[in-house]
Amino acid sequence: MELTGAQILLESLRREGVEVVFGFPGGAVIDIYDQLPNYPLRHVLVRHEQGAIHAADGYARATGKVGVCLVTSGPGATNTVTGIATAYMDSVPVVIITGQVPTPLIGNDAFQEVDIVGITRSCTKHNYLVKEVGDLARVIKEAFYLASTGRPGPVLIDLPKDVQTRLTEYKYPKTIKMRSYNPTYAPNPKQVAKVAEVVRRAKKPIIYAGGGVIASEASEELAWLARSFDIPVTATLMALGCFPADDPRWLGMLGMHGTYAANMAISNADLILAIGSRFDDRVTGKISEFAKNAKIVHIDIDPTSIQKNVPVHIPVVADCKSFLTALRQTLEPTLAEQPAAGHEAWNAKVAAWKEEKPLSYNQEGAVIKPQYVVETISRLTKGEAIITTEVGQNQMWAAQFYAFTRPRSFISSGGLGTMGFGFPAAIGAQMAYPDRLVIDVAGDGSIQMCIQELATAVCYKLPVKIVILNNGYLGMVRQWQELFYKKNYCATCLDVAPDFVKLAEAYGAAGFRVTDPAKVESVLAEAFALPCPVIVDVVVDREENVAPMVPAGKSITEMILV
Amino acid sequence: MRHILSILVENEPGVLARVAGLFSGRGYNIESLNVAPTLTEGLSMMTITTIGDEAIIEQIVKQLRKLVTTLKVVDLTDVKAVEREMMLLRVDAEGSKRAEVLRIVDIFRCKVVDVSPDELVLEVTGTQDKLTALVSLLQRYGIKEVARTGSVAMRRGMQE
Repeated sequence: MELTGAQILLESLRREGVEVVFGFPGGAVIDIYDQLPNYPLRHVLVRHEQGAIHAADGYARATGKVGVCLVTSGPGATNTVTGIATAYMDSVPVVIITGQVPTPLIGNDAFQEVDIVGITRSCTKHNYLVKEVGDLARVIKEAFYLASTGRPGPVLIDLPKDVQTRLTEYKYPKTIKMRSYNPTYAPNPKQVAKVAEVVRRAKKPIIYAGGGVIASEASEELAWLARSFDIPVTATLMALGCFPADDPRWLGMLGMHGTYAANMAISNADLILAIGSRFDDRVTGKISEFAKNAKIVHIDIDPTSIQKNVPVHIPVVADCKSFLTALRQTLEPTLAEQPAAGHEAWNAKVAAWKEEKPLSYNQEGAVIKPQYVVETISRLTKGEAIITTEVGQNQMWAAQFYAFTRPRSFISSGGLGTMGFGFPAAIGAQMAYPDRLVIDVAGDGSIQMCIQELATAVCYKLPVKIVILNNGYLGMVRQWQELFYKKNYCATCLDVAPDFVKLAEAYGAAGFRVTDPAKVESVLAEAFALPCPVIVDVVVDREENVAPMVPAGKSITEMILV
Repeated sequence: MRHILSILVENEPGVLARVAGLFSGRGYNIESLNVAPTLTEGLSMMTITTIGDEAIIEQIVKQLRKLVTTLKVVDLTDVKAVEREMMLLRVDAEGSKRAEVLRIVDIFRCKVVDVSPDELVLEVTGTQDKLTALVSLLQRYGIKEVARTGSVAMRRGMQE
């Protein structure tokens, strides 16, 4: 059957199981939009292309499926770049389709032309410019395959306007094999045996889980290891939710704003099991001081992550789930004879650290503490909501004070740290799970970076809840200025802010404002019960800081605790 | 330390940009780069010489392998290999200089590929060291122009 390029694209999306496309039309993609109503795809019309890519990203993180974003050439394409880089840094499977000027005009500085393949080369896993309609079906198949396998990531397809209208015989490849791309899933058995041996012998082990555990759906296997050998678990920002916060082995997040117990435990451990994490600088602090006495086991599907930042004793290139399954098969048969390797002394020490300096704040007086707001959200939702965040203090408080119970329920821009991410990501997550409670924990600065998507949420009746921890500052930068720049609050005070309640109402959403600590719980409960998008503007303590804090470049044991 | 990397890639648009972008984006150095099609249709061989300590070279090799268009990366520094580079030189060879230049041409097994009354164009092949030695020898006669290909390399058949 002969189809046009536009029809091939949409038919192929259908065959890939795509249900939702987040997009914004323009001259170079009208032919695709012209065909869109003929296909069983839900299209979400955003109000800015950055919203489209973040929503596709949020959808992918919430579901594990590939998120899809469709935008036009030139500015449409460049507006997605921040979102593409966000997805790339956090290994999120997204396929971005950008329109392009007709092939004869490419390179002529045509209207709305930009070399988006060149621009995104360093922030995509791979990208394509499709010049022949005959290549299109294969390219789409490859794009979805690349985005979702190995270490996932964004893949961009640049589709010139004339390729969209040209006809060709359509045949969608059933399977795919690329001679130059073969990610390693199964671990080397010898390496697994070595890991099993050190796990059996360790006296002071710790699991340091990363986003790879979420991406490979390995939470259950991880929990088996932690519980069978009584190993304390810490996780990166990307892995929150991979291990339930109510388990006594849970230490909380580690790193710059990690818990005292997590940072002390990893610094004193004799064995670090780094599973799907990458020793980011926000985790390790001063690298030469990091975990000097520990044997490090590092499991990652991406070989470039291993030995990049720290020397590793036992490297394992593998998918986290495959590795943990293999490790369980090795360890389980002898488990009865060799019960949990005598970690009592170590676990008592870890428990003492937890007790000594837990995450804390003081909700007394008439001003609302932001931590109290997050803790209240956690209590009201029993740790079962999908939480997205913006970036800054709001993100860290959400990470610290929300007790996550399951994977894929914390959605946050970890690697790139993109302000404006949380709200459109919440829209994406809500599209995937219309019946779940999706809450964006926001700051008054970040929320204004993609606030236009309120129209999208209202339009598609997506009852996303935005809780603004409003301190009138770009709070995290202000905190750095306070601690390290002699309180020179240059350009961090947001003197003029919109009335967020009126703003919500202007868009057709609901708005609340809370200033009284006693009303926080009731207002949040009321807001969460509403079937429409809501902004809750919580006026919080203006100069509250995120603690603990490890100053940049210091060892992670050197925490500022208050 | 200097390493020679042999990289087998898909011969398609943008591959060179991906490789070059990887080096520039991550702050690695390219000392020389050479690329040409192989006997297998659709594949090209790149030879890159680069400098870095073990950790950096390990990252470079891994990052190159990670590129979706890369099939194979070999660090020829780890194996026995032959390395050659070709160079064209335009040398001042006026009057009495001419005989001396031609004697050096002989010793270094260069070929004279163009002759004019006051200059010669020489072609020479060899290791980087040999070419560098030749350049420094000829400098006193006046080198007007140099064009070098950058190294190409291949593993030897007999490995220990």
